[in-house]
Amino acid sequence: MNYQDEKPIFLQLAEQLEEGILSGAYPEESRVPSITEYSVNLKINPATALKGINLLVDGGLLYKKRGLGMFVATGAREKLKNRRKNQFYRDYVEKLIREAKNLGLDAAELETLIERGFEDVD
Amino acid sequence: MSIEITDLTKDYGDALALDSVTLTLGRDKIYGLLGNNGAGKSTLLSILTGRQYPSAGKVTIDGEEITNNDSALGKVYLVAEQNMFPEDMKVSSAFDAAAIFYPGFDRTYAEKLANKFGLSLKKKIKTLSTGYASIFRLILGLSVDVPYLIFDEPVLGLDAQHRDMFYRLLLERYGEKPCTVVISTHLIAEAADLIEHAVILRDGRILRDCPSEELTMNAYTVSGPTELVDRYLEGRHALSSNILGGLKSACVAGERGEKPDGLEFSRVSLQDYFISLMEEEDKK
Repeated sequence: MNYQDEKPIFLQLAEQLEEGILSGAYPEESRVPSITEYSVNLKINPATALKGINLLVDGGLLYKKRGLGMFVATGAREKLKNRRKNQFYRDYVEKLIREAKNLGLDAAELETLIERGFEDVD
Repeated sequence: MSIEITDLTKDYGDALALDSVTLTLGRDKIYGLLGNNGAGKSTLLSILTGRQYPSAGKVTIDGEEITNNDSALGKVYLVAEQNMFPEDMKVSSAFDAAAIFYPGFDRTYAEKLANKFGLSLKKKIKTLSTGYASIFRLILGLSVDVPYLIFDEPVLGLDAQHRDMFYRLLLERYGEKPCTVVISTHLIAEAADLIEHAVILRDGRILRDCPSEELTMNAYTVSGPTELVDRYLEGRHALSSNILGGLKSACVAGERGEKPDGLEFSRVSLQDYFISLMEEEDKK
């Protein structure tokens, strides 16, 4: 874990798990590592690992199979993508539009700029 | 089910090592016992494992008083600096002896660990280096099956790789067979993420006894230009502070409020919190 990170460890773990689901490292209906595995690997108290995992359980991304462990829920990847899209809209698009309006750019001009960006950026 | 320590006092004649300590060690949690040299950590641990007697007060384990009570004392295992076996004994014979004293001792597992750490079973205990003598004691601790497992400065003399192995093995043991673990250590940064509940001792008294998260979440570091920081600290409780050039940073107790412009807030680690608390106490 990154100790310089401002975020508490359980949040870092939750984000790491979300990345794993998004990237397909943890496919839907597959088992994710157990609390003990996380605890041993990251050298953290199991209660901290549980707290991180429970965030995803509460969000409907993981579910528990009795005696078998934690599994990725069907539709979890889609759910995460939508959540990220909404976040992207709030964090980037809204800011972009506000700044564009400040500069007096209209939607068509902005569209041209975005197309140029798609060309320029790898 | 717990270890209850009530009004425990240990008087060495010229010094009070413990001063009416009252503490509960609950079931299946990892405790960190933190304190500077001479705070009373080792004395407390020796008393609750029956190696020393208190001057006053009592200790009960799962409701039974420990004085001359082998069945209660059989529930705790202390890994400490002293070797409890005859010096001429070989490691393998020490494992045999441990199996007699602790019926739940897992010999196969102990041998597996010895192999993993590179500890030879044929060696005599007195010929082990400081590091391997520590490893030998840790292996015994990890292999006994007791509900209360206590480590007094477990990683002294161990190199970085072996310390890392120990922490992981301890978490593995704890995950598979939950028990109460007490880790008394100076190396707070290394053990901080393992600790669920922190007990801070100072001059034989308990200064803090709460979930470690409560300590670190209720303190933060503020830094920025000295003048701004000083103004911010007015009416707030600064545990410690230091100045570097025109910049000042301080560890503040309490919840973070709104961050004023020009100042930076950051998280404190358990070690930062501990050091700040000790500095504050030094001033008293």
